[in-house]
Amino acid sequence: MSAVLSHLPWAVAAWLLACGLYGVATSRNLVHLVVCLSVVQSSTYLVLLGVGWRAGATAPVVIAGAPPAAGPVADPIVQALMLTDVVVGATVTALLLALAVQVHERAGTLDPDRLHRLRG
Amino acid sequence: MGAIAIVLPLAAAAFLGALGHRLPRWARDAVALAAAAATTALAVRLALAARDDLLVTWLGGWRPRGDVAVGVALAVDAVGAGFATLSGVLAVAALVFSLRYYESAEGHFQALVLLFLAGLVGFGLTGDLFDLFVFFELMSVSAYALAGYKSEDPATLQGALHFAVVNTIGAALVLLGLALLYGATGALSIAQLAGAVPRAPRAVATAAFGLVSCGFLVKAAAVPFHFWLADAHAVAPAPACALFSGAMVPAGLYAVARLDATVFASVVPPGGAGAGSLLVGLGTLSAVAGAALSFAQRHLKRLLAFSTISHAGIILVAVGIATPEASAAAAAYALGHGLVKGALFLGAGLVLHRLRSVDEVALRGKGRGLVAPALVLGVGGLALAGAPPFATATGEALLHRALEDAGWGRLGPVLLVASVVTGAAVLRATLRIFAGMGPRLPEAPDEGGETSEPPETRRSRGTPLTMALPALALLALAAVAGTAPGFADGARAAGARLVDGRAYAARVMRETPIPAATTRPDAPGERRKATERGAAAALAALALAVGVLRRTELPPSVRRVARRVWVPSIHALRALHTGRVGDSVAWLAAGAAVFGGLAFLLG
Repeated sequence: MSAVLSHLPWAVAAWLLACGLYGVATSRNLVHLVVCLSVVQSSTYLVLLGVGWRAGATAPVVIAGAPPAAGPVADPIVQALMLTDVVVGATVTALLLALAVQVHERAGTLDPDRLHRLRG
Repeated sequence: MGAIAIVLPLAAAAFLGALGHRLPRWARDAVALAAAAATTALAVRLALAARDDLLVTWLGGWRPRGDVAVGVALAVDAVGAGFATLSGVLAVAALVFSLRYYESAEGHFQALVLLFLAGLVGFGLTGDLFDLFVFFELMSVSAYALAGYKSEDPATLQGALHFAVVNTIGAALVLLGLALLYGATGALSIAQLAGAVPRAPRAVATAAFGLVSCGFLVKAAAVPFHFWLADAHAVAPAPACALFSGAMVPAGLYAVARLDATVFASVVPPGGAGAGSLLVGLGTLSAVAGAALSFAQRHLKRLLAFSTISHAGIILVAVGIATPEASAAAAAYALGHGLVKGALFLGAGLVLHRLRSVDEVALRGKGRGLVAPALVLGVGGLALAGAPPFATATGEALLHRALEDAGWGRLGPVLLVASVVTGAAVLRATLRIFAGMGPRLPEAPDEGGETSEPPETRRSRGTPLTMALPALALLALAAVAGTAPGFADGARAAGARLVDGRAYAARVMRETPIPAATTRPDAPGERRKATERGAAAALAALALAVGVLRRTELPPSVRRVARRVWVPSIHALRALHTGRVGDSVAWLAAGAAVFGGLAFLLG
């Protein structure tokens, strides 16, 4: 059971990465494309959390003066990294959606293939 | 001092973002310029202080306990501080150049440039892998916004989207590699990782190397991760392009060089062996493909953008070889190229300002009498080809020597030809626009933003001094750096320090003094030979440019060969550049998979 659990995050992360990349590569709608990009980013969240996961660990809450938690705790650093990553991801998503709104306003379409294209 | 150099532009950007709209235009410009100039001055001081030492600052006083880095360090060496200085100089030039930009009326442009600068400076100074990623993202997001600045034009939006999507995926790859490294070693400090990664499972280290390298190579625009670059440069305002090509693309190369010397020293041995040969191969491919694509362009900014791919490829070859001499070449070349390319993009901005277009063919002969833009583009083109006394020539000379010493001497002529071709492309455009040379060609249909570019500024009589001066100053700086007596030796010392990951780790973790750099001086006559080679390269570029412009006078046999070889191959190459975001992402995924596979085979 534990072997399955410890490999599950990696398998799901690889699946999310592949799905997201496929979605971005084949997308015909900018909003769909941005969401697929978020799927790619969520694979990184999962890898980070998977790295910090310990079997049977509790939340890494440490209070000064109080006795430390019995047994192992999850690694708080990766959780902090993951939160930072979520913020970064949200910024990028917001910016891209703003661009998509602009595209819809100026070009009247959300299909990236029907945009005025830059070639060669 | 390092922390102030990061916080200062961040604080100024926040100030402008929050209160900029309440300030008069001159006050916003003054705040932005003062912040950028002060940051540059701090970076220069850091670079001078870091000549003989690695400056380590543990933020918040969290020093390492034993072999564990508890806190986050700034670790500043000459290359990192030099990178920060280059970024600062380009930011100041871009801000001065954009004083006349009416789009920046809301103050967002200046704030974005300052955010971008903060990201670049932090990127150069940090000694922590996760901080490296955060500064990388800070620089990326502000760059996406800068690229999409002229948001009224659908082509701009498409270029900015392309840029943002591809680079976000690159950043995700970096983060995945970083997570693997942390999982295997429990470390994020670059110095601690340098000691811990060799003890980690080989497969994890190689996989992390593949992910992190691909992620940073997206930013460095190495083939096949480069498709976004020309689109981003074609649509971004000219001063932003100067920062993109001069500082952001080298940032990716800097990260690869820094991490290969420390974290991945066991995967990338010096001399271009193992996975290093992969970087050398990608660099050569980028140098050749970028030069050919650059030569095929008629849109001035796209021409310069593709030449950036070529020159980044040349630097990547040096980074892959990773000997002290090669790293010195990479640092000197990146500095010279950054200054010259920055000047050239500002020159393209001058052309756009005066002639309202950047299409080389449509502008044939229309630039007669425009002295400043002609001077910038002409001299810049020669410097790009490696003409002395510019710093690009010094980098080229160091590179030549490094290639021969490392047993890669056969690559020398290939890379030299690539830089000559990019220089020739710029000179061809200069001669066509400002001297009216070349046959009259049919007007191109205005298709796909390939030839058109909406003007960015209000018309003016004459060339404004605030636009001409920054471009000329950047060229002058490149010449000053190239002629400074200590430049080559300084680059050698900096390169030797950059590749000595062991000394870096010992200095950061245990305060062991950095050993004095031992560099080999030039052999007698070597400098003269390098100068002659540089001059010959510049003349070859000029000859190629004139030859192409006066091709109707060439013997028919030469023209037939050129038509049979050049035309089909460049058509095939350009056909790959569909401008579709999906295609770029597919190339990125396939390229990363192949890169990772080869890294396992070679590493």
